[in-house]
Amino acid sequence: MTTTPPSTSSHPPVDYHDPSARGRLEVKGLTKSFGPQQVLRGVTLSVDPGSTTAIVGPSGSGKTTLLRLIAGFEGADAGSVTLSGRALAGIDAWVPAHHRDVGYVAQDGALFPHLTVGQNIAFGIDASDLAGGRKAVRARVAELLEMVSLDGALAARRPHEISGGQQQRVALARALAREPELMLLDESFSALDAGLRVATRRTVAKVLHDAGITTVLVTHDQAEALSFADQVAVMRDGLLAQVDSPLEVYTRPVDRATAEFLGDAVMLEAWVDGDTATCSLGSVPLAATTLRGRVQLMLRPEQIRVDDDGPIRGVVVDTDYFGPESTVRLELTSSREPGCETSALAREGEIISIRHSNAFIAARGTELRLRIEGEAIAFPATATGAPA
Amino acid sequence: MTTDLTAPGAHRATGTGTAPTPGPGTRPGPASGRRRPHALAVIAVLIALFSLVPLGYVIAMTVATGWDTAVSLIFRARVGELLLNTILLMAVSVPLCLVLGVGGAWLVERTSLRGNRFWALALAAPLAIPAFVNSYGWVSAVPSLAGLWSGVLISVLSYFPLVYIPAAATLSRLDPSLEESAASLGLGPWQVFRRVVLPQLRLAMTGGALLVGLHLLAEYGAFAMIRFDTFTTAIMVQYQSTFNGAAGNMLASVLVVLCLLLLVAEVRSRGTARYARVGSGGQAAPGRMPLGRLHVPAQLALLLLVVLAVGVPMWFVVRWVVLGGSEIWAPDELVPALLQTLVYGVAGAVATTLVAFPMAFLAVRRPSWFTRSLELSNYITSSMPGIVVGLAFVTVSIRFLPAFYQTAVVLVAAYVLLFLPRALVSLRSGLAQAPRELEEAAQALGVRPLGAFVRVTLRLTAPAAAGGAALVFLAIVNELTATLLLAPNGTTTLATEFWAKSSEIDYAGAAPYALLMVVLSAPMTYLLFQQSKKAAGQ
Repeated sequence: MTTTPPSTSSHPPVDYHDPSARGRLEVKGLTKSFGPQQVLRGVTLSVDPGSTTAIVGPSGSGKTTLLRLIAGFEGADAGSVTLSGRALAGIDAWVPAHHRDVGYVAQDGALFPHLTVGQNIAFGIDASDLAGGRKAVRARVAELLEMVSLDGALAARRPHEISGGQQQRVALARALAREPELMLLDESFSALDAGLRVATRRTVAKVLHDAGITTVLVTHDQAEALSFADQVAVMRDGLLAQVDSPLEVYTRPVDRATAEFLGDAVMLEAWVDGDTATCSLGSVPLAATTLRGRVQLMLRPEQIRVDDDGPIRGVVVDTDYFGPESTVRLELTSSREPGCETSALAREGEIISIRHSNAFIAARGTELRLRIEGEAIAFPATATGAPA
Repeated sequence: MTTDLTAPGAHRATGTGTAPTPGPGTRPGPASGRRRPHALAVIAVLIALFSLVPLGYVIAMTVATGWDTAVSLIFRARVGELLLNTILLMAVSVPLCLVLGVGGAWLVERTSLRGNRFWALALAAPLAIPAFVNSYGWVSAVPSLAGLWSGVLISVLSYFPLVYIPAAATLSRLDPSLEESAASLGLGPWQVFRRVVLPQLRLAMTGGALLVGLHLLAEYGAFAMIRFDTFTTAIMVQYQSTFNGAAGNMLASVLVVLCLLLLVAEVRSRGTARYARVGSGGQAAPGRMPLGRLHVPAQLALLLLVVLAVGVPMWFVVRWVVLGGSEIWAPDELVPALLQTLVYGVAGAVATTLVAFPMAFLAVRRPSWFTRSLELSNYITSSMPGIVVGLAFVTVSIRFLPAFYQTAVVLVAAYVLLFLPRALVSLRSGLAQAPRELEEAAQALGVRPLGAFVRVTLRLTAPAAAGGAALVFLAIVNELTATLLLAPNGTTTLATEFWAKSSEIDYAGAAPYALLMVVLSAPMTYLLFQQSKKAAGQ
């Protein structure tokens, strides 16, 4: 597990390995069933103080349930939740949601429709805790609005009078008002449209990072998970398939399903002998593996580059143009460089996808020459991952 | 039953789709909420059992009567005569209500009819006039009114809005792209109406027809006044002569069977097709068809309908008031009746809303076979005529709770049972607008569960609860049958006092009571009309 301590945080240094450090979240062996359906099957996760973890997985994988258990909206069947060394849920321990120092931002923000924006933000503030009563509450609301980059004049508006992105930021300000040790974001950006989503996500990430609040984000959007978090936890069928840094989970996925969930993957049959694999693209360098013999090889499309001197040839079948990039589908042709050994796996006519930034050269029927960059990942040949 | 627009038909319309996603998201935490739902479930079961008292009473009475006696009491000429009357009344009135209701709704909502906003309200206005007041007005106009065709006249004029309101609400929300698609597939305007619009109206039509049918079976005052015999009037006559005779009870069991048959017929004809809009995105306002040469006839037809349904009864109410002069405004009779009506109306409305809350809460927050069976029991109860509920409560209170016989408690309990569906429909749509997520958000902000429930869920449900309570109030103000049976000695309401006077042919003396009922009902009818527009799309 990798850790990225908040570099710009003004908070006192914390011992990131101290299990009771403020903001450290420990989840151990959580299970949860709804009737006959087991939604969580023993989830263990550790989140460092002040860091950001994204739980990503297809719908129905149990990620929202996990978040609700951490928030205290529901109780687990077994396992424990510990925050800052304090047991929130577990054997003989149960802290109800309203006594947990946990903030929660729902998918649609869940702003109270009968209150103004300001009243929403002040909802969890106990006026008697602040010296100065109402005036202090108003000042705090203004401060929180500014914190999430919103105009103070919005405080008088009703939730339905502001945009979706503003609603999400108000929901964040409302949750921040109580200075939680942990912030839970449940698909908090999914309801926003593409441009707004990125901008809102950036603002939220910065606010939480500056405040040094441990954050757990649940999302089904792998790009969001990879860009938002210090640590990505890939969830599937009620279990965490992989927990690691974004780079690691993307480039070194533990299995085919994880690989295909996190992005496009070129899957090829291959034969492993030592550090290289032989496949229809020829010999490919391999990340360290104990596998031998017949395997499934995974390459990210961007690892296959167009290069005039490349050893692999393919004819463009079709392209999907996205603007900055195209996905180009190629049919491999067998004629490799003289001297390059052919193997039984080098099947002529196999079709692969690559990414390319120059759409002009990728006209249909053009022959391209390719080479492979970086290492491929080998999975057992019997891997039963669902196609992405 | 009185004019109960929101009963079974509309009840289901809001029942599907408005609830937050069921399933995993709706389980309680270990310590936080587990006790509350269980207590709620127990309360809801008790309410459901209580609501089955009338049906249980009818079954128990039939069993107690014994097979041979029951057969001899049911299979006799008198029952055949009543059955024929009832079937003929329904066979003529229900289709007429459908034609007038759907036709009116279509003219108002989908054509270039001028003054359509006025007509929209005018066609709902007959609901503010209780059927027995309508009957009183018509008997004043044509004293010789009697028999089947008079029954049809009064029924259609009183009850066509029960079809019109849901039909208008559906039409105004119908996705115009469906009709545009049909047109682009080569269908002419009439074909579009028949093959696309009419099928979309199916829920509104079957639900409205069911309501009209149930009202026809339950109405007492309107038919008694024109001497048209139905099961309800016959039961009342039996009750007044023999109090708790086997003959009256057997008539009641036949009546209940008819009501249940109507429920089954409605469920059958409702079909299983999907009527909700598929897909997402904004919806344009439906287009309007130019009326052209038909504009004047359309205006005249609507004018005639409204004059017959509202103008005639109101004209004669006002005429009697004027003719009666100052002496008919006897404060010693009028004031107690008004006050007691208001007290019973408010007490009944509050009690009904309180009783409806646990059922609505369970139905929205924890949908399951359990809550669906609770709703089924409620659905059956909502079809029970006031006369049966009245008889059941009279008998049960004498038998098991003599201390309560002829007390306000029993009467309010009967109101609760009769009008529970109205409160339920409102509360359900209100609760659907207060999703569990908001309550959780409050808890995550440090508010304890009970506080979160009060500050968020109750607060957000309050307007809907008030709306439901207002509709119950409207129903109680105009309730006659059960009140006649159950009101404590000396208690008079506007409806019972009106009935006592008009039964003595003191039409002038009855007029102020009729006027007061209409005045009290008018704002509530407007509310009902508004609410139906909101509920239709759900």
